[in-house]
Amino acid sequence: MGELTWIFVSAMVVNNFTLMLFLGLCPFIGVSNRIATALRMGAANTFVLVMTAVCVWVLNTFVLVYAPYLRLISFIVVIASLVQIVEMVIKKVSPVLFRELGIYLPLITTNCAILGLAIFQTSRGYDFLEGLSFAVGAGAGLTLALVLMASIRESSELANIPQPVRGTALVLLIAGSLSLAFMGFAGLLSSG
Amino acid sequence: MTHGAVEPASMTHGAPVAPRARRPVAPREDLLRGVWKENPVLVQVLGMCPTLAVTNSVANSIAMGLATLFVLVGSCVLVSGIRRWVPDQVRIATFVLIIATFVTVADMTLEAVAPAIHKSLGAFVPLIVVNCIILARAEAFASRQSVGRSALDALGMGFGFILTLLLMGTIREILGSGTLLGRSLFGPSYEPWVIMVLPPGGFLTLGALLLVVGWWRQRKAGRAVPVNEPACAPTVGKVA
Repeated sequence: MGELTWIFVSAMVVNNFTLMLFLGLCPFIGVSNRIATALRMGAANTFVLVMTAVCVWVLNTFVLVYAPYLRLISFIVVIASLVQIVEMVIKKVSPVLFRELGIYLPLITTNCAILGLAIFQTSRGYDFLEGLSFAVGAGAGLTLALVLMASIRESSELANIPQPVRGTALVLLIAGSLSLAFMGFAGLLSSG
Repeated sequence: MTHGAVEPASMTHGAPVAPRARRPVAPREDLLRGVWKENPVLVQVLGMCPTLAVTNSVANSIAMGLATLFVLVGSCVLVSGIRRWVPDQVRIATFVLIIATFVTVADMTLEAVAPAIHKSLGAFVPLIVVNCIILARAEAFASRQSVGRSALDALGMGFGFILTLLLMGTIREILGSGTLLGRSLFGPSYEPWVIMVLPPGGFLTLGALLLVVGWWRQRKAGRAVPVNEPACAPTVGKVA
């Protein structure tokens, strides 16, 4: 159990996907204007991450032992079809949620965080439960980073910011300071 | 398909659909567009992950840039070559498969030729698959233009990407470890600014670069230019 908790905490804060590993930067920069949107995007991502972890485990255990060179191609195909299926299921089961998530669902396919999760999970050789814990931790970390960024951007909206700094430059500079703060969690590694 | 409202960034910065038979676009223009005027990172704000993640040294930047250039040119030529036979509905899936194949080739080649660099780039070589620059060029340019023009465009974009990576890598390596390509610059008394080779340094360096580019473009235009929003997400939104 300690091992699983550790994987979760490590994926969420110490090696936060967005702020420490630079994965999933597109939604981080693109949809971090509002806290509500950021939360929804984080939730959608977490869901797909968990589903991916399950699929990747199945692929790694039963298929890729026979054809390791197909790793990347099979991952990307599985992720793309997974997102498509999730989209159809949500549309059928809960049209309200589908409307709320809107365009964010298909965008998740090309989110580096998902493929990154699949690759890390493979290279670290996680088993089923470890993979799940890793995926939930990574999703929580993504959501945390998105919500933090959205809250800062919401409160900086009325500030008098010079024109050239507005937009992506400002987001990156804020992300830099957030990333600095997250480096403090690295201390968990030695004491944990 | 999620066209429409979510598209402006990619469409305004992406290649304009060629004026048919009106005025042939000079090959030079195709080639140079990606280097500065539509630089994939600094102007279009695409491909952020590798730009931030692997630029902590010049050597890593060069390896990453070359791998991406190879995948970009290969995929764009192939996408352009088969564009007449690919049905519209499955084109994104086809592009992604083509890109994944080229990335697998690049990954294995790099592992065989330069194992040390392959190791330090880690997961970011396979992650070239989801580098938005490649899918964006395949979708916005190569799937509509001739093979020759696509190759030139891909070369230009690739070089623009390499130049940006080199710029980032040079700044971060000099400030963060006091070396250039592993050779000491300032002697033993230099206290390295370690944070620059760590993740925060990537964010801060790229933020500063975008700031300078924004300021420069604004000055040149003599008025406020619209801020760059990343074109990445909208471009690939057509997957569905």
